[in-house]
Amino acid sequence: MRYLPLTDEDRRAMLATIGVGRIEELYRGVPKAALLDKPVDLPNHAGEIEVERRIGTYARRNLGASSAPFFLGAGNYFHHVPASVDHLIQRSEYLTSYTPYQPEISQGTLQALFEFQTQVALITGMEIANASMYDGATACAEAALMACRVTRRDRVALSGGLHPHYRDVTATGARFMNLDIVALPADARGTEDARVAIDDDTACVIVQNPDVFGRVRDYSSLAAACHAKGALLVIVVNEIVSLGAVMSPGDMGADIVAAEGQSLGNPMSFGGPHVGLFAVREKFLRQMPGRLCGETVDADGKRGWVLTLSTREQHIRREKATSNICTNSGLCALAFTIHLTLLGEAGFTRLAEVNHAKASNLAKTLAGLKGVELLNDTFFNEFALRLPKNATDAVEELAARGILAGVPGARLFPKERDLENLLLVTATEMTTDEDMERLAKGLAEVLK
Amino acid sequence: MTIRFTTTGNRGLDLEEKLIFEQDKAGRTAVDLPEPGSHENRLGPARRKKPIGLPGLSEPQVVRHYVRMSRNNYAIDAGIYPLGSCTMKHNPRLNEKMARMPGLADLHPLQPQSSVQGAFALMNELAHWLMTLTGMPAVALSPAAGAHGELTGLMTIRAALEARGDARKVVLVAESAHGTNPASAHMCGYEVESIPGDERGRVDLMALKERLGPDVAAFMITNPNTCGLFEDDIAEISAAVHDAGGFVYCDGANFNAIVGRVRPGDLGVDAMHLNLHKTFSTPHGGGGPGAGPVVLSDALAAFAPLPFVVKDGETFRLVETEDESDSHPYGRMKGFHGQFGVFVRALSYMMSMGADGLRQASGDAVLNANYLRERLQNALSLSYPGPCMHEVLFDDRFLADTGISTLDFAKAMIDEGVHPMTMYFPLVVHGAFLIEPTETESRASLDQLADLMLGLVAKAKAKEVEFFKASPTLTPRRRLDETRAARSPVLRWTPPAPKLAAE
Amino acid sequence: MAALKYTDQHEWVAVEGDVATVGITDYAQGQLGDVVFVELPEEGKAFAIGDQAAVVESVKAAAEVYAPISGEIVEVNEALNDKPELVNEDATGDGWFFKIQIDDESELDSLMDAKEYKEFVKGLE
Repeated sequence: MRYLPLTDEDRRAMLATIGVGRIEELYRGVPKAALLDKPVDLPNHAGEIEVERRIGTYARRNLGASSAPFFLGAGNYFHHVPASVDHLIQRSEYLTSYTPYQPEISQGTLQALFEFQTQVALITGMEIANASMYDGATACAEAALMACRVTRRDRVALSGGLHPHYRDVTATGARFMNLDIVALPADARGTEDARVAIDDDTACVIVQNPDVFGRVRDYSSLAAACHAKGALLVIVVNEIVSLGAVMSPGDMGADIVAAEGQSLGNPMSFGGPHVGLFAVREKFLRQMPGRLCGETVDADGKRGWVLTLSTREQHIRREKATSNICTNSGLCALAFTIHLTLLGEAGFTRLAEVNHAKASNLAKTLAGLKGVELLNDTFFNEFALRLPKNATDAVEELAARGILAGVPGARLFPKERDLENLLLVTATEMTTDEDMERLAKGLAEVLK
Repeated sequence: MTIRFTTTGNRGLDLEEKLIFEQDKAGRTAVDLPEPGSHENRLGPARRKKPIGLPGLSEPQVVRHYVRMSRNNYAIDAGIYPLGSCTMKHNPRLNEKMARMPGLADLHPLQPQSSVQGAFALMNELAHWLMTLTGMPAVALSPAAGAHGELTGLMTIRAALEARGDARKVVLVAESAHGTNPASAHMCGYEVESIPGDERGRVDLMALKERLGPDVAAFMITNPNTCGLFEDDIAEISAAVHDAGGFVYCDGANFNAIVGRVRPGDLGVDAMHLNLHKTFSTPHGGGGPGAGPVVLSDALAAFAPLPFVVKDGETFRLVETEDESDSHPYGRMKGFHGQFGVFVRALSYMMSMGADGLRQASGDAVLNANYLRERLQNALSLSYPGPCMHEVLFDDRFLADTGISTLDFAKAMIDEGVHPMTMYFPLVVHGAFLIEPTETESRASLDQLADLMLGLVAKAKAKEVEFFKASPTLTPRRRLDETRAARSPVLRWTPPAPKLAAE
Repeated sequence: MAALKYTDQHEWVAVEGDVATVGITDYAQGQLGDVVFVELPEEGKAFAIGDQAAVVESVKAAAEVYAPISGEIVEVNEALNDKPELVNEDATGDGWFFKIQIDDESELDSLMDAKEYKEFVKGLE
């Protein structure tokens, strides 16, 4: 077994040093009835050739984005990751290092986290960002809990434009903390005015921009309405590339931003692992969950970085911690920060422009198809179409033709009959003209 | 000895590296993108009108930036990390290759289910391995990390209790538990009470029995526990908790000690999370990502959160709503289906090791820890006499009257080229040293660690206080001022204020 | 001013008329290490004896500070917001936390005097 360095001779000698005859004697404390006397009923060890073959069998049964015209979004996006990113994150010192609890030998990780926190604060227009959470949905749930702590209120209003997974994860977390959730109805038409949901018990209103239907809005007036009632505004961002072209949540007056960073640096990977971004106004710093990296100096006066404000966290505060979170999404955050560093201001804004251009042209083409209605007045790279038939059926038929056409409304909103004909379509810099033609042609065919 | 000062601040191969923000040149980029081409602007009034302030660098500079920074990091690929409770074992590169396979890395979670049957089959296979290794009938795959798994397990328990009309208010936690245990219980809406350990370092069974009652929803135990000891009363503990109508939650962080040899399902455990990034070798990546699937008993399986994979004949189906199955999921824990990329890595490892390899791994892990115990126990103060499991616990009694703390000792280890052990955890002993070598350390590596630690003990006994207080001296940075970082937090770079014009 | 009294949670109490000043002892600040942050109660808030009134944080630890007697907070030491290190430098003087109106003087009888506290601390070590 290639991962086990001990030889039988080593084992014999070490057992002799310890003074026992067999390894099994070291398991004396285990109740006899619970000790297995032979390996469990699973295959024995295998070499790389065999493992690659078996995993490859699973892979070959799937149709991936790199093999088909691809138009899905809804919180997970198909973007190009520059070759340098994957190369750099696989350097041993990044891939196989631990949480930077010994800062003197972790300055690589810590400096990268400091840069990551700064980049997240810059793109979201907020003052402080943490070193990442598991994903956007759990970040959203943590934002709700934090808003309740900060305002000392227990009601959370969720926009009908919020991704249903985010809504459900937030509602689950809130219910177990005896908080009250007010969920506004699905806002496919973009007519929601979330101000009606604010009352004196509201801790926060949570909206998404662009929303799950792709709509881009300025939430400044909602922010003002929240603040007038002593509530916070939480803005969720699913498609982080949108911040290259859309007004930042901070500029709209957001108090907390909970976002998904997967679009930069990280493959879709069937939904995980991803990277949650979390940014707040400085005055709320001590109520923020998650790891934080801070700047300081060493004994020689040289600049360096450490994890800081740890007294918010579980390993010190235990049940009084701001959260139970123990990991961040380290390597995914690193991939994010490397990608964004490669892009820079010019690249990030250009990337956003290209995404929008593709989506704009695609939307125009598809809206021209018979019976197809574009629901959005505004969008970034994702928009909602109303088809003249069931969208789930249309998507299945297109998949059979080798086209991954988008996310049908019923997949996200299974109980909303009137969203059955809704199709969410996304275009990114990966979408080619041929892809778009094939979709238009295919869609026209299945809608006949 | 001459100390040479350099103009650059670099020292041979030790290279300083500024922040990206300090290397900015406007307009520069490391990614060539096509022109957007003509299109109608559909962004509306909320389009961005201000610059963001991101720095511009070229590709050679970016690569150099991250390569130089990486060289300031210790890593498991470079040397031993004897961190108790972390299981820092070798991270096979095969796992990385498997996770990046087209047909796995480029799948969207909301694709038509017919187009991702292989992905569901892979998740199902992982679930099968986890259930077989633990002897449990069900598993919830969606939690993103161990702590997330703890929360999932507790929420499942709470849902099960509420379903039988028996909502309870308290969760008992072993005193030596990891901080995530009480934090998770709190996030589940429970009051937390601690059950002390006894003089043998195990849960005080009498104290537990005395406290159990109709208000206790669950007892959270780690087995082997955070002192590296097997909770030998576990059968009685589980029986007592069940008799009182509660559930046993097991923190599976230390599963590496028993994988392939003991099944928690045989010990009366009702729910247990596994850390795929510990026992199952997925990389720590500087702090994450992990995955924390939770194995569940029959009584709890029906309440597991959404979504989960079921098999209908030959086809796999993802259950995403309550109506799609007979169970009563309590809610959802995360976006999409779970840490699929981590699943692939873990399964790749499991297939590589096999049932026989995993059994050998746990045995070697326990052997390695006991070997270190044997080599160190006369010099350091062993907290609990007798054999340990996969990790061994010492405390700072051996440093009494030296003026040297556990922290100082750890910093001196750094100069010797190793990562220190876990310090100051568990809290049940003073100045804890928790050492977990794992099975992927060779005997030579263990001997080197033991030798250097014995050398440091000798220095400590000789009261070479200055030596320890000054450590580390050979690292890119010396000891960092954590007080300053906490008193005056600087959590991001900000552009320096423009210089005032001369009067 | 009368002599300081002490709790078994390492708070000291200095009584002046019907107001008691409260802080943590020099022993406590030594155990905590460098204090980085103090979360003070709101002025006007009422506490019962033993209620958690404040939190003091060092780099590696956080400790609750309890109301040693029942009463309403009449003043807090705002200086600690900018200079938490005062708790380390002068725990029983400038590092005071809050002043509390004494509801029930008899509660002071249950506190330790200097000699008793010294014995108590010795017993811990």
